[in-house]
Amino acid sequence: MVENLLPRRSSIHRLLEGRTDNLLIVAGLGSAIWDAESAGENPLNFYLLGAMGSVLPTALGLALAQPKRRVMALMGDAELMMGLYAVPTVAVRSPANLSVVCIDNGRFGETGSQVSHTSQGVDLAGIARASGYPHVMEVHNETGLDALRTAVHHTEGPLFAVIKVSSDMPSVVMPIRDAAIGKARFREALLGERGLKE
Amino acid sequence: MADAAAAEINWREDIFQAIKTLEIKQVHYVPDAGHSHVIDKCLVDPDIEAGMLANEFEGVGVCCGAWLGGQRSLMLMQSSGIGNTINALGLATSGRFPFLSILTMRGEWGEFNPWQLHGGQSAEKVLEASGVIVMRANYAHEVGEIVLAGARLAFHSYCPVAVLIGQRVIGAKVF
Repeated sequence: MVENLLPRRSSIHRLLEGRTDNLLIVAGLGSAIWDAESAGENPLNFYLLGAMGSVLPTALGLALAQPKRRVMALMGDAELMMGLYAVPTVAVRSPANLSVVCIDNGRFGETGSQVSHTSQGVDLAGIARASGYPHVMEVHNETGLDALRTAVHHTEGPLFAVIKVSSDMPSVVMPIRDAAIGKARFREALLGERGLKE
Repeated sequence: MADAAAAEINWREDIFQAIKTLEIKQVHYVPDAGHSHVIDKCLVDPDIEAGMLANEFEGVGVCCGAWLGGQRSLMLMQSSGIGNTINALGLATSGRFPFLSILTMRGEWGEFNPWQLHGGQSAEKVLEASGVIVMRANYAHEVGEIVLAGARLAFHSYCPVAVLIGQRVIGAKVF
């Protein structure tokens, strides 16, 4: 079977088109950050360059704290696999404003492009369905990306989406690496002065 | 057996009252018998978003995410789960996040299960080596004030703090 694989970077740019301050993004590790940052620097993006597996838990805590905002956890398939137990945890805790968006290239791209679990038959969307997510999407084309963008902003979640992308490796777009600065900027943008002084 | 004072001092309720005093809004737990009173009260408190995790690893991210969103949070766990948190603690230390956890200790005071020694005996060393400030309550009467002090240290000085509740306070399981 030949799958229709999307180019990752332009797909993420399309997904983030027309973004407003209502959307908060937690992204990691590696390539998912370069993709998000290349769509435009935004203090409402928080990036994890380490603690692999922590993107989804971090997005969960944020979504629970900010129920009126939309929250997106953006990560590659290996990042999600490393913290996989958070997939059912999110389903159980069930924050309606959280979208899990997995950029699945079936590869460990940063470490030499070794094949990953998802190209050996592991079905992340199936895991999400079995965990009880009310909305699960598998995105293979631009129509799907547009539907996902709408869902991220409006669907009563939690939403779980897998974007099937090719294994191309676009250029690194490095954000501010210091997590303490990222945290402070994020909290200031979200909470105002209290975010810095609390 | 628990020490004699534990029978008179409700240290479990003292922890819950500290949570309320501190205006902690999210409580995440990997279940533990020692924390059961606090878990049950948090689950029915309308001002607290409380819920379970599958693994202690998640607790660090969830609590740091809560802080990103402007809320104080707490992780309840047992000493045997510390090993699961080590990699994730890099988020708290790199980002200078407040991260408060209360850990019930096993493997030290009259422990019957030899498997609990691995986590219990290494707990303080592992946490400190991972950049976590460790505070310990060995007696029931000091639990409440140590939780309050540890929480203020975490939330006001932006650091990871683990409050260890000694197995002497909880009482060793007797079979």
